[in-house]
Amino acid sequence: MHKKFPALLAVAAAGGLLLSGCVPNPTATSQSLAVSSTETDCVVEANTATSGTLTFTVKNDGHRISEFYILAENGLSIVGEVENIAPGGTRDLTVVAQPGSYFTVCKPGMIGAGVGQAAFTVTGETVAVSADEQEAVNAAVASYVGYVKTQTSELLPAVEEFAAAYVAGDDGKARALFPIVRINYERIEPTAEQFGDLDPAIDYRKPGAEAEGLEFTGFHRIEMDLWIDEARLNYPDEQIDALDTAARTVLADKLVADVTELNDLVHDASFVLTLSDITNGAIGLLDEVAAPDGKLPGEENEFAHTDLYDFYANVEGAEVAYSTVRDIAASRGEAGAALVAELDTQFAAMKSLLETYGDYASGFVFYDTVGQDERNELGAQLNALSEPLSQLTHTVLGVASD
Amino acid sequence: MSHPTDDTDGVTLPAAELSSGLSRREVLGLVGAGAAGAVVGAGAAAMAGAALGGGAAQSPDLSYPFYGAHQAGILTPVQDQLHFASFDLTRTANRGAVIELLREWTDAAARLTRGRDVTQAGAVGGPPLAPPDDTGDALDLGPSGLTITFGFGPTLFHDAQGTDRLGIGGRRPAEFEELPLFAFDLIDRASSGGDLCIQACANDPQVAVHAIRNLSRIAFGTARIRWTQLGFGRTSSTTTGQLTPRNLFGFKDGTANIMSENRDAVLEHVWVPETHPQAWLRGGSYLVGRKIQMLIESWDRVSLHEQEHIIGRSKGEGAPLSGGREATTPDFERVSADGEVAIPVDAHVRLAHPVSNAGARMLRRGYNYVNGNNDLGQLDAGLFFLAYQAEPETFITVQRSLARDTLNEYIRHVGSSIWAVPPGAREGEFVGQALFSE
Repeated sequence: MHKKFPALLAVAAAGGLLLSGCVPNPTATSQSLAVSSTETDCVVEANTATSGTLTFTVKNDGHRISEFYILAENGLSIVGEVENIAPGGTRDLTVVAQPGSYFTVCKPGMIGAGVGQAAFTVTGETVAVSADEQEAVNAAVASYVGYVKTQTSELLPAVEEFAAAYVAGDDGKARALFPIVRINYERIEPTAEQFGDLDPAIDYRKPGAEAEGLEFTGFHRIEMDLWIDEARLNYPDEQIDALDTAARTVLADKLVADVTELNDLVHDASFVLTLSDITNGAIGLLDEVAAPDGKLPGEENEFAHTDLYDFYANVEGAEVAYSTVRDIAASRGEAGAALVAELDTQFAAMKSLLETYGDYASGFVFYDTVGQDERNELGAQLNALSEPLSQLTHTVLGVASD
Repeated sequence: MSHPTDDTDGVTLPAAELSSGLSRREVLGLVGAGAAGAVVGAGAAAMAGAALGGGAAQSPDLSYPFYGAHQAGILTPVQDQLHFASFDLTRTANRGAVIELLREWTDAAARLTRGRDVTQAGAVGGPPLAPPDDTGDALDLGPSGLTITFGFGPTLFHDAQGTDRLGIGGRRPAEFEELPLFAFDLIDRASSGGDLCIQACANDPQVAVHAIRNLSRIAFGTARIRWTQLGFGRTSSTTTGQLTPRNLFGFKDGTANIMSENRDAVLEHVWVPETHPQAWLRGGSYLVGRKIQMLIESWDRVSLHEQEHIIGRSKGEGAPLSGGREATTPDFERVSADGEVAIPVDAHVRLAHPVSNAGARMLRRGYNYVNGNNDLGQLDAGLFFLAYQAEPETFITVQRSLARDTLNEYIRHVGSSIWAVPPGAREGEFVGQALFSE
């Protein structure tokens, strides 16, 4: 069942431009809602509104700089955001709200998963929006850039918690956190890959690092230590010693430093993406799954066997990238409409198949328990999704709109 | 994928010119007459290929001399089919047994490459109550351009425990070691290395398979098969008379290979020189074998524009993106209209080019392969890369340069081998005899 995401079209925020640069066209239906961002909550004056131009007036009642987001029904795609709200300050987020289900959330300190996430419903008729091509493209890119920033800002505190547990010798906690912490990273991995040395340092597998003569660091080095019995089984000819606290600290500090650098880079003003970065990134995420050293063969997390978490996160990341440009694709004639229909179907089928193996909250089964026939079925569904997804760049960039 | 070493040097023996005025019968007659020497033989075959229209219909009678200064199957115009086999010595094999094996292999190879059965008695000439000497599956097929090329692995000199089983450890060239690991390698030891190798190439797959089958049979008791690889659709040409073929990514491969007619390049880059400290290897070569898996499904979802920018050539013509035609030398400085460099900095053709590798060149002789599918239903396919060079460092230099290659996203090297290929044998000698001389 498809969920339509970017139905709300963000317009502009006074003082801090968000999403597209288009200027709102005030109408009689213009509405305003007050938002209070505190250290622990995100109180919106009302949880419903009527479609049309809608302004959120966000006051920061906390003591750290804050942000306010409107998320799509999937809880991942960003429909609108306003950043850099100083303590005591107020900023506006103006959007053209289309009917649908959304979430509102604040992020004091600009880091982590945010606080006070709440459902927000828009009722009424669909609002005609500008057909301007460039506006739509700008809005799509801005939405995806916002998504990437959100993912890294959630990743950092999660990695810090994971690293602390690992250094403290709380292996049970670290093992439990390992697949969860990686979710934010796996959703946006092609973005990290554009920063040269960062992805290798954060996410290289043992054979990859050794083949390139790089020091083996990051998630998978820690994974090898946390699941050392599995590591010794996988590499029976090697002497694999458990790391002491000092060695663990070095690894943990480096991972935190590398993720901090990643977060800083995507929040830097120079961080830009193009539409084709987004559409090609979507297929790139699925290639990560299918590769011989990827999730489908169970090689990504070769010690922890938590590949299904990464698999699901890669699919989620691809789906957000797709949803960002979905409306543009849908406007590309019959072929565009057919592609969107097919991708809606295949994303839903991929996720529902994966969900037969679990979910983030209650856990996915370990991948070494997934049999060959079942892996084949996952691979076949992945092909069914990847093949139409590979047409997305052409449809969005190479076909004239209606 | 190509590992191009672009060569737009003048060609010393333009095959098309030489073949003009010769009838098909005359060309085949020239080949059949057994032109003396491997290089001349190769030239003659190139003429045959040109006369026959790019090798589309090779004669089953096509035959290349086995004996000569260099082993055949290197400069020989690349045949269409490959069966490659790697062998390990058995636990009981000793120096005498290995010498005997090489002697028998040499005699058998000389017969097989002439289209004969493996022994005089052969498939049907022996006693009725004994199994035939020859398996018979190549009866009536002719030599079909068969060449059989033998090589020695580093483990022939010192086994995994460092033991010099055959008393030849002192003759191991200093530079002859297993290849190092390279970026993105995913090497499976089971399809890598080995003590001995045989490369059998022919224009009929059954002839190549027959050769490996019968040579393996001879080896029982002394050497056992470690791994084998079938190949089809040669992925490079080694003579100017051959059309440039395509690999399984759909790109022309080997556009700029060393051509056997270019004797200066062959002398400089292919043969171990006469000054080499190990006399037994002079006139031989180093063969690198890499099984390169292609991530077919992912590649097929890459846009044409991106495919061409990953390779650095157009897909149709094979021309460098800097312009011109297939044979045009790439212009790596050229900037296209959008202000970007025409051939991207991480394009395959740039990183593999001699100008990026201190002039390093090799003679490539690889084949496409499809080994069915893997457990996940993905095509198990790729390139069985074979390249001959005067020193191992050539391949190592180029492969290290390819660490930044965007093509790496779509390939994995899963097999890795290096072989010292001794020079050719004269009639009455066996291949590698000088290595075992007292």
